Amino acid sequence: MPNKKNYINGLPDPSEFKEEMLKKYPRKVAKKRDKAMIINDPAEGQEILANVRTIPGIITQRGCTYAGCKGVVLGPTRDIINLVHGPIGCSFYAWLTRRNQTRAEKGDPNFMTYAFSTDMQDENIVFGGEEKLKNAIREAFEIFNPSSIGIFSTCPVGLIGDDVHSVAREMKAELGINIFGFSCEGYRGVSQSAGHHIANNGIFKHVVGNTDRPRTGKFQVNLLGEYNIGGDAFEIERIFEECGLTLLSTYSGNSTVESFAYSHTADLNMVMCHRSINYIAEMMEEKYGIPWIKVNFIGADATAKTLRKIADYFGDKELSEKVEVVIARESAKVKAVADLVKPKVEGKLAMMFVGGSRAHHYQELFTELGVRVVSAGYEFAHRDDYEGREVIPNIKIDADTRNIEDLSVTKDDENYRDDLVAKKAQLEESGYEFRDYKGMMPDMSKNSLVIDDVNHWETEKLIEFYKPDIFCAGIKEKYVVQKYGIPLKQLHSYDYGGPYAAFGGAINFYKEMERMLGTDIWKLVDAPWKHEPEIVGSVTYDS
Amino acid sequence: MFETNKVLHKGTDYKATQNACKLCSPLGASVAYKGFEGCVPLIHGSQGCATYIRRYLISHYKEPIDIASSNFTQDSTIFGGDRNFKLAAQNIINQYKPKIIGISTTCLSETIGDDVTLFLHELKSEDFDGKTEFVVASTPSYQGTHIDGFHEAVASVVRKFAKKAAPGNHINLFPGFISTEDIRLLKEIVADFGLETAILPDYSESLDNPVWDTYKRIPEGGTTIEEVEKSGSAKASIEFGTVLNLGKLSGRVKNLNVTKTGAQYLEKQMDVPLVRLPMPIGITQTDSFFEELEKLSGKKTPEKYTKQRGRLIDAYVDAHKYVFGKKAVVYGEEDFVVGMCAFLDEIGIEIALAASGGESGLLEQEILKYCPENGNKITVREGYDFESIKEWCQSNKPDILIGHSKGYYIARELGIPIIRVGFPIHDRIGGQRIKHLGYAGTQELFDKIVNALIEYKQDSSPVGYKYM
Repeated sequence: MPNKKNYINGLPDPSEFKEEMLKKYPRKVAKKRDKAMIINDPAEGQEILANVRTIPGIITQRGCTYAGCKGVVLGPTRDIINLVHGPIGCSFYAWLTRRNQTRAEKGDPNFMTYAFSTDMQDENIVFGGEEKLKNAIREAFEIFNPSSIGIFSTCPVGLIGDDVHSVAREMKAELGINIFGFSCEGYRGVSQSAGHHIANNGIFKHVVGNTDRPRTGKFQVNLLGEYNIGGDAFEIERIFEECGLTLLSTYSGNSTVESFAYSHTADLNMVMCHRSINYIAEMMEEKYGIPWIKVNFIGADATAKTLRKIADYFGDKELSEKVEVVIARESAKVKAVADLVKPKVEGKLAMMFVGGSRAHHYQELFTELGVRVVSAGYEFAHRDDYEGREVIPNIKIDADTRNIEDLSVTKDDENYRDDLVAKKAQLEESGYEFRDYKGMMPDMSKNSLVIDDVNHWETEKLIEFYKPDIFCAGIKEKYVVQKYGIPLKQLHSYDYGGPYAAFGGAINFYKEMERMLGTDIWKLVDAPWKHEPEIVGSVTYDS
Repeated sequence: MFETNKVLHKGTDYKATQNACKLCSPLGASVAYKGFEGCVPLIHGSQGCATYIRRYLISHYKEPIDIASSNFTQDSTIFGGDRNFKLAAQNIINQYKPKIIGISTTCLSETIGDDVTLFLHELKSEDFDGKTEFVVASTPSYQGTHIDGFHEAVASVVRKFAKKAAPGNHINLFPGFISTEDIRLLKEIVADFGLETAILPDYSESLDNPVWDTYKRIPEGGTTIEEVEKSGSAKASIEFGTVLNLGKLSGRVKNLNVTKTGAQYLEKQMDVPLVRLPMPIGITQTDSFFEELEKLSGKKTPEKYTKQRGRLIDAYVDAHKYVFGKKAVVYGEEDFVVGMCAFLDEIGIEIALAASGGESGLLEQEILKYCPENGNKITVREGYDFESIKEWCQSNKPDILIGHSKGYYIARELGIPIIRVGFPIHDRIGGQRIKHLGYAGTQELFDKIVNALIEYKQDSSPVGYKYM
């Protein structure tokens, strides 16, 4: 890499660079992008512009509402038939593309490998597609005999007036299984984030609380916002099992609708991806009195911290001891690998633009390796994911947010857990934090550049300015960045790798970074004249 | 119209598509647009369309692929997408300085009735640089497949730029949706015949770039506007594909006065003679292509190719016993299936099933035409999805699958080999570099098929022989 920079004494002030980036935009656009780029100062409460519409014509990383609803939240659930109502493209593009893993017991249904679509044609747009949808549901029921079917609306559906919800009700009555619809037309929100919310609402309304299962463990928990990319959930599940925690349901990695239905019998909800799933955590607390905490299983230290926090919640000596044993054993394994890798990668520079929590979580792993994050941002997060939940009351509710229904949830007197509410109050007194997420910005260094919804142009400029050693994003950015001679790690699909969660995942990630940051391939990619000679050692003349 | 309320049984009359064997129209249009120099595709609809299509194309081509969106929101669906469209165009021009903005419409914009052509009229009088050209293709996903989108975009470009003039000595080649390696191969062939040729479209560079010294916002390569202009005065057009977008599902077919493909437009409007050939896969079909080139160039086929041809036939002979009578299932886009069938029929493979997600209504007749000996024995299925293909395979036990990555799960379940060809190939590296066409392309394809069959036999042999 040319011009290797030395940031040991802190990052340089990127103000001038930021101005240069903005100069290219029309005035109005520049004004907007200015607010979405923050020169970070963790000591100050800075405000970032997030979750606002993407400017047309600027190539964004963002997807659509349908992608968030069908692709992200319901996609990894194996025992539901996800039927996409619309023309063929939408269903095809969301067909097993996120590398969610699942582990169905023998004989259990797994429909994740299917892409179901009503494949609307001209005449359905003109005359309506409800009959076709009904027939598709009947057919799916006949062939696969599922216990539930979800219907996902794509752009034209709302416009031609197809009512997926009434079709769902009718079919539910006819077939006697759980059938529900999602109005997740692509244009509904500013990004996939709207789709997450719609999915949360739908699952909560139609599934959560449907079965009251008797207790199966002493410490019953749900993990929310973990999607089992590359087998992350399997590694987390392994740790839980060893610690003696009973995981009822994960939203939605390696999950079933069946487990969502009894997830309200948990003692604690743990929120991993705050952006995509906090709605269910909030609604479950309101209805059932189940408290939620923010957790993070990305990074070995973060995992240990999270496990201790869970143990503290239950306040059980045996559990705490088990947790400590697991942490001690696993940390030793992690340390052995870190000791080998860290000296090779320490001081390198990383940037990451991904997701609604991954850009924050993965900084943990890089910090553990001594890799410095110079710039980061989310694709579809809201202000609270950057600045912390305390800003939620101040977030301006715009028309796009109002588009999405806010469910009014009432207390379920029969299942309400007064014991948990009391426990929460008691723990809070001793300083234990519930419903707490401080966001990404307080964890980032001074002068690092925080950018929401980064686009192509900005990505190019960032690379030219920082010359990072590694860039983390997704497949759409991968080959752009690699054409610059910089390796890109996909943090959506893990490039066929993973798991990267918990202790085993940290080891995998360290090794991956060792390979990616150490490979000689990039010497071939870099044109020779781009290299500036680096002076190593000293030259002396001995006479 | 919708009288069927009874439960429909599998294998009779599907209503739902399970694991589709087709993609959507704006995807095809975006690929085609990438084949014109300096063109940035713009999808007029929700941002999800551009994002999904980009991520899909990128996973096949493994290259930067910029496709802009007009990022519809709820209010654009009510008040129309004109403001978003104009802003998008303005931002693209500022960032990319493109020569062409290639617009594809979507289900969304077509359903609300946005008239992009009208928007463009309004644009002209406003503050644009005037240097950027706009092309519009009508490509809602509910009409046809990605192939319809592809041909529609090519035709739109031709309609926009082609100029009628006294015929020259150059020719046009409309290759259809083929791999970047295939395009390079074709360019070499026409060059060896000394024919100045406009490939419409030519994305062989723009979707398969080398490493760069400096980043190129718009990748190099592609057919230039000047070349498209000259297409109106070409000596002839060669068009690969006999199904194209001529099928019954294309919205345009309702208006019989409108031409469908670019080559057809040039024939009707500018008197450029049109030679329509199936994809040149296999000896017979490649021979037809070379015969046309001989006619057009007045030159004999260079020795390089007669030797390639000879070697290919020699290989057919050497390997015939491994392929003879093997049952193959071929799937993918229709013209590709026709070409592949013609080739497989030639080498003695029995085509058990030829299937496509497309519904042109033409597939069967075209297969019969190009597989004259055994065509009537082939089960041809249009509008088929992978679940139907799987079901068919389970009861008919084929020996090999030939098609793109999406059929992998069927091969895996049946424990038989799959030859990855066509688009999309996202579970292997180098999908864009697979050769299919001409003698050289067929040679590679042939070796691959034979070796897959041999490997399968070897793997399932208890002896594990290593000599054949």
